Amino acid sequence: MNKKPSNRRQTREVDAPKYHKPTKADVRPNRAAGGGFADKLNAYRDLHAHALFSSLGRLVAEPFSSLMTIAVLAITISLASGFYLLLVNCQQLTNHLEASTQISLFLKEEVSDIRAAKLLETIKNNPKVQQATLISKDRGLEEFKTYSGFGAAVSSLKSNPLPIVIEVLPKNSLTNKDELEILQHEFQQNEGVELAQLDMQWLERLQSIMALAGCATALLNTMLIAAVLFITANTIRLELHSRREEVIIAKLVGATHAFIRRPFLYTGAWIGFISGVAAWFIVTVMMLVLRVPVESLSKLYGGNFHLLFFSFAQTLQLIAIATTLGVIGAWAVLMYQLQRTKPE
Amino acid sequence: MLKFENVSKRYQETGEVLRDVSFHLRRGELAFLTGHSGAGKSTLLKLIAVMERCNKGQIFLDGENLSHAREKHIPYLRRKMGFIYQDYKLLQDRTVFDNVALPLVIAGYGHQEVARKVRAVLDKVGLTGKEKKFPRALSGGEQQRVGIARAVVNKPPMIIADEPTGNLDPDLSAEIMRLFESYQQMGVTVLIASHDISLISRMNHRLLKLDHGQLVVS
Repeated sequence: MNKKPSNRRQTREVDAPKYHKPTKADVRPNRAAGGGFADKLNAYRDLHAHALFSSLGRLVAEPFSSLMTIAVLAITISLASGFYLLLVNCQQLTNHLEASTQISLFLKEEVSDIRAAKLLETIKNNPKVQQATLISKDRGLEEFKTYSGFGAAVSSLKSNPLPIVIEVLPKNSLTNKDELEILQHEFQQNEGVELAQLDMQWLERLQSIMALAGCATALLNTMLIAAVLFITANTIRLELHSRREEVIIAKLVGATHAFIRRPFLYTGAWIGFISGVAAWFIVTVMMLVLRVPVESLSKLYGGNFHLLFFSFAQTLQLIAIATTLGVIGAWAVLMYQLQRTKPE
Repeated sequence: MLKFENVSKRYQETGEVLRDVSFHLRRGELAFLTGHSGAGKSTLLKLIAVMERCNKGQIFLDGENLSHAREKHIPYLRRKMGFIYQDYKLLQDRTVFDNVALPLVIAGYGHQEVARKVRAVLDKVGLTGKEKKFPRALSGGEQQRVGIARAVVNKPPMIIADEPTGNLDPDLSAEIMRLFESYQQMGVTVLIASHDISLISRMNHRLLKLDHGQLVVS
């Protein structure tokens, strides 16, 4: 048969103006539908709106299985986001500690109170120092009695064994470890100082623990994200299976893969969205439960630590990520499965 | 309109199902495709629907070479054919209206256009007033008419029916056949696979007969 339309028209055996116009051998999608551009745009919008609501309708129509899926997803997502929030809170705690890095100068036994006061003045004038406080022998003993728990034992001592201590809070503490060490060294050179102690080792340890926790959270969250993808993919696969007949009929009457995919992608998006919202609730309720004990613990340590909840932006992010994961999970399984769903 | 040129189809499990089949259906022609079961009728229809590809030869529909059609063009090719099945293949959870509207929705018509066309075609097949019903609530003949309405609503140049009267009694069958003839008179090419010999012989139309994969009458 000749492909040129003009020739084809000549070969038409029956003239049939009522039924159809001569069809151009045209398979391009943009010419598929009738009507003007605005009509097509409206029709396209209607298709999306229909897919959006019909997919929600389907979820509601089978509440039990939908709830099961969403519960599993919500728990998974809340684990992931819960770990994240836990990490953020711990970081807040260590940041707080970093700010309090200080150098303790233990003065020599023979240094008198007056000489100590003079030394304090020179240290205060040091441009690298933000703040310096002197803890006298007596005050040191008092503090030791109060906080160490060895109050009775200390009381039995005949003389005060504690040295005078100057606590120095350097400027920009810990942002530069080398600078801190130079400063520490500087103080160590001073005649009256027995020992200049920079309490960094424990902080370094804490920091590496935090780094490890961050890394572990990232790994765990990667796995949880994979779990979310697999759960949505499987849900969509089952949905596709139960609507196999419909998919095949749609294919036979000329539906493109994009048309068939659309409602399933919306289903994925809804599942992700609802699970994200549910996960937010789960985590927030957990944090509310934890808030009281955490804050009383914080009070015991004299800190003013406040639990961080999800901010508004983080909440939106959480829900957006959950929705996106739902769509991606659905997309992946549709790409794979639709090729295999063939009419028989 | 539909042209087969030396088409052969071989399956690995069953061997050659169609051998060197050639015929040409002209625009506005109505033909019956017949033959014993296993003669290759359904394979031939599958080749037209591009559900399968032939191993040898070429198939043209309205100037398009189906045997070389790219995967992403297949949906658009299928919109040029209206398929009708023995088991109707209707969506049981959708109304008559929604079933018939499906090809139009897929083709991207706006809903006013869809409603107008669906009503017109339901009128034509004699199902006026049944658009809100579900397929289950209809008789076999009515369900088949829904199937026909769905096949022709988008005004394809070709209608292909696979045993359309297989589940219907003779009176209803004759009625359905008259419907096909009326579409033929409007210029649609119609190919009906059937083994209802008495019905075929009563209607004086072209006959394509397959025997063991070969076209013996055309």
